[in-house]
Amino acid sequence: MAASASGPQTLVLEEAVRLACGRSLESVEVAYETFGTLEDAGGNAVLVCHALSGDAHVASGPGPAGSERPGWWEGMAGPGLPIDTDRYFVICANVLGGCSGTTGPGSVDPSTGERYGLRFPLVTIEDMVEVQARLLDSLGVDRLLAVVGGSMGGMQALAWASRYPERVNAVVAAATTGRIGAQAIAFNEVGRAAILADPAFNGGDYELDLPPAEGLAIARMVGHITYLSQESMREKFGRRLRDRDEHAFEFVSEFEVESYLAYQGRRFVERFDANTYLYMTKAMDYFDWQPPKSMLPRFLVTSFTSDWLFPTAQAREIVRVLLERDAEVTFAEIASPYGHDAFLLETERHGALVAAFLARALEDGRCLGGAL
Amino acid sequence: MTPAELLRADLRLIADLVPEGSRVLDLGCGDGALLEHLRDRRGCQVRGIEISLSGVTTCARRGLPVLQTDLDEGLKDLPGGSFDIVVLSQTLQEVRNLRLLLAEMVRVGTKAIISYPNFGHYTSRLRLGLRGRMPVSETLPYEWYDTPNVHYTTITDFRALCRTTGLVIRQEIALRVRENRARPVRFAPNLRADLAVAVVTRAPDEGTSSFCL
Repeated sequence: MAASASGPQTLVLEEAVRLACGRSLESVEVAYETFGTLEDAGGNAVLVCHALSGDAHVASGPGPAGSERPGWWEGMAGPGLPIDTDRYFVICANVLGGCSGTTGPGSVDPSTGERYGLRFPLVTIEDMVEVQARLLDSLGVDRLLAVVGGSMGGMQALAWASRYPERVNAVVAAATTGRIGAQAIAFNEVGRAAILADPAFNGGDYELDLPPAEGLAIARMVGHITYLSQESMREKFGRRLRDRDEHAFEFVSEFEVESYLAYQGRRFVERFDANTYLYMTKAMDYFDWQPPKSMLPRFLVTSFTSDWLFPTAQAREIVRVLLERDAEVTFAEIASPYGHDAFLLETERHGALVAAFLARALEDGRCLGGAL
Repeated sequence: MTPAELLRADLRLIADLVPEGSRVLDLGCGDGALLEHLRDRRGCQVRGIEISLSGVTTCARRGLPVLQTDLDEGLKDLPGGSFDIVVLSQTLQEVRNLRLLLAEMVRVGTKAIISYPNFGHYTSRLRLGLRGRMPVSETLPYEWYDTPNVHYTTITDFRALCRTTGLVIRQEIALRVRENRARPVRFAPNLRADLAVAVVTRAPDEGTSSFCL
């Protein structure tokens, strides 16, 4: 059967979502897409969780208009790819607090009729998982073959295993950590400080067409530095100048790396909301994973050699606590020059491992008579 | 051929030494052939450690939980006493800090099963002693300039290492391997066997003082 993409869908949750901070959110909207076909027994459902700046469009595929647009994990998810939409029913939803269709600080508060802004409650990784679980309920997916994510998406995958161990058969956690360190919190804070210091920020109550563009762009520039490695920056830019042979002796963008960061910053402002940036980074800072005590799914934990934002030592820490609980865990550290971005770019070797792990999980699920 | 016959000769022998239902860790598990055999034929709970990504990927496809780790770093992620058997099959010669690894093996496991090529085999001695050439054989197939091996040992030397590392050899099987068929060697093993398998445990407390971690 040809894999088909659902195109953008929206679910409105009828029941309020109670959050870790103690507050509740009414009428939460969840933007999601599905790819492929859910088997009758429901044993082939794979939830993919996106990272800080991702959205529900994980893959391109045949479907309604817009489906052919490249997904954020192009090369990893799609027909015949490691997260094979010909074999698996793949679900991806924009996270709670996001700005790509799911309820977030840019949404209108139904109780006031105004946009939330900073009145939106601080959401946690676990709150994101809760909303995803509600989505699965509505799709008739009781149990997941696997939950897969990288970076902040990997945090969600880990949180799934703890919050709903009985609903998850396998976890793929790539380039992630059970808790980020001071260095990563520090970079997040620099990004937030840039947004908060932008005069256009206005306490979070800016018009959507007049966003704190400078602050958000700077936050993204800082972010991009942390996603690259020294090696990949040297390869990509070195000290090369852009469109000139000599120094300008002016404060203008001269080096290749400067214009790259400026471009990334500008492009990000066009598609991302500054308030959401604040909420996402805070959710990552707060994340402090406690592994499940029982019913552990099988785990695939991966890291990348040049990733200094979510370094191998932190992935190994996940592995260590899982081994203490006697979980079945596969771990690999993929050699890559691409820094934290490697989880998006190393689709070949990393992809082969993920493909092998998922294929086996699917087979083992079928051996159990589809009673996942 | 049955899957058991496809296993490398020393792995078949190791598999026979592992009681059913054991918790087994295989160090340098490669494509997971031994672990798969132990899981599927002997109901063992298995884990592996492997340095190559291709090996880890093959093991993942076989449903074997494997950690990509360099054995020279020890087994620090593994809790003590979590295995009945820790296997090191024909990997000893590639490990740099072997004493550390042996100590780690009996920390995380009750018993260690170690197989290694015997450099003391008479053909090796003849090749080196008479012809003055470095030995190459079925169990030591590499040319000296292109080999992953950093240590060569004989059966006698391995016994000595165990003595000074606080380990006791509980069982020792010397083998003659031809075309992946292994025959036991009882007479003059250090001269006639090209492969040895040793079952090793930690020495009783008084013997461990010579090497403690």
